[in-house]
Amino acid sequence: MDADITLTVNGATVRFVGDPLTRLLDVLRGQLGLTGAKEGCGEGECGACTVWLDDEPVCACLVPMLQLEGRVVRTVEGLASARLTALQQAFVSEGAVQCGACTPGMLMSAEALLVREPRPTEAAIRTHLAGNVCRCTGYQAIVRAVQRAAVKPTRAPAARPRVGAKPTVKAPRANSAPAKKRRPRRSPR
Amino acid sequence: MTRAFSPRTLADALRVLGDPDLAAVPLAGGTDLMVGLHTRAAPAAVVDVSRLSELRGVRLDGAVLDVGAAVTFAELGRDPLVLRHAPMLAQAARQVGAWQIQNRATLGGNIGTASPAGDSLPVLLALGAELECASTRGSRRVASASLHRGYRQLALERDELIVRVRLPRRRRDAVQVFRKVGTRAAQAVSKVVVAFTFARDAARLRDVRLAAGSVAPTPVRLVDAEQACEGARPSAALAAEVAALARAGVSPIDDVRSTAAYRRWVVGRLVERLILDVVI
Repeated sequence: MDADITLTVNGATVRFVGDPLTRLLDVLRGQLGLTGAKEGCGEGECGACTVWLDDEPVCACLVPMLQLEGRVVRTVEGLASARLTALQQAFVSEGAVQCGACTPGMLMSAEALLVREPRPTEAAIRTHLAGNVCRCTGYQAIVRAVQRAAVKPTRAPAARPRVGAKPTVKAPRANSAPAKKRRPRRSPR
Repeated sequence: MTRAFSPRTLADALRVLGDPDLAAVPLAGGTDLMVGLHTRAAPAAVVDVSRLSELRGVRLDGAVLDVGAAVTFAELGRDPLVLRHAPMLAQAARQVGAWQIQNRATLGGNIGTASPAGDSLPVLLALGAELECASTRGSRRVASASLHRGYRQLALERDELIVRVRLPRRRRDAVQVFRKVGTRAAQAVSKVVVAFTFARDAARLRDVRLAAGSVAPTPVRLVDAEQACEGARPSAALAAEVAALARAGVSPIDDVRSTAAYRRWVVGRLVERLILDVVI
C-alpha cells in the first residue's frame, strides 16, 4: 500500500506517494533533484547525507518517508539564498573543501551547531562534527572554518576586528536562529 | 511492499502489533531497521511508534525515574531529570553513534534491537531497570536482569511493545560511571562497554553494581567482581582482584571489530582503572 505523505522541503510543500520505507535521501536526490546530500555509506555512519529534520541534523539515508507527514526538512540547498552564508564563505576562505563529498553534510551539522551555540568551543565543534567523515582534509581546515563563521568569542581578545570592518549580518532564514556576526579575520600567530 | 501504520494511540499500535496476519514490527528512530534493509528483507509491515505520547517524556514516579521508550538519546543526554537521577544513562546516551544518530535513535529501540553491543543495555543492568511492556493482553513489567535470553533474544513476546523504562532514582551518595572503548569516539560499534555504580559506607564500598557490554552474547552483570567489591576498602590490590574477576566473568569473541583477547583484557583494565581513578 502506497504511503501518501506531504512534507515541507526547503520551504516548499512536497508530496510523496510510494513505498513507505523509501529513504528520504532517495526522494531528495531522485524525485526533487536536490543532490547536495550525498550517499556515502548508506548506514548512518558517514554523515554525507546529513539534513535537518525539524531543525535537527539527521542522516537522510535512515529516515523512511512514512514518518515525514507534516514534517519540515531543510537541505544544504536551503541554506544559501543569493549569496553564501557566513559558514559557507568560511569554508571557502579556509580551504575546508577538497573533493567536496562531505561538505554538504558538514555544513548542515556545523550550521545546526552554530544556531544552538553561536560561540562553540573547539571541543564542541569536534563533537558535533564527529558524525561527518572527511577523507581529504584532515579536519583542521573544517574546524577553522566553523570557528571563523562563529561569533567572535568575547573572552578571546587576541582576535581584534580590523579597523573599519563591519559585522556582516546573515540573511534571515525561515527557521534559523538570530542573525550572527561573522567572526573577524584572525590575527596571525 | 511494506505496509505502514502510524497509529495515534498506544491501543491502536498494540492492535496492529497483535494481528498475526500483519506481522508488523515497531519502528521508532529507524537507525537499526533502515540499516537492516541492506541485508534483510523488508518487514511485511511497520508501526511507527515514535510519536506515541505514551512512549514519550521523562518523569519522576516516586522513587522511580520513568523514561519513555521513544525518548531519543539526544533527549536523554540533556534531560535534567536523567542527568540528576540516572547520570550514567545520560553519559551513555551522549556517546551513542554521533549527533545525527542521537537525534533519531531511541532507548526502546536500543533495547529492542538487543545487540550485545547496545550501549545503553549494561547501564540498564547496572541500574536495575524495569521495562514496562504492553500488548493487547495487557501490560507487565520485566526486569532488565531477566530480559536477555541469548544472542539478540529477549524475553518478550513478538507482539509486546516496550513502552517505558523504569529506573530507580540515584541515591544521593551513589556514584555512576560509564566507560566505552571503540575504534574511535563516535560512530564505532563498541568493543567494550562498562557501567559501574557504587556508594561508600565510611571507607568501604557498598551497593556495587557492575555490568559490561560487547563481551558476551548478551550484556552481562559481573557478579563476582561486584561481590569482591562489596564491603571492601578500595586499594590497588582490590582493583587487581576485581579486574581478574571481571575478565573471568565475560565470554567475548573474535570478530571484525576486535578480538576476544583484547576485549577480555580491556574489560579488566577498565574496571581496574575505575577503582583506581574514580573510587580511590
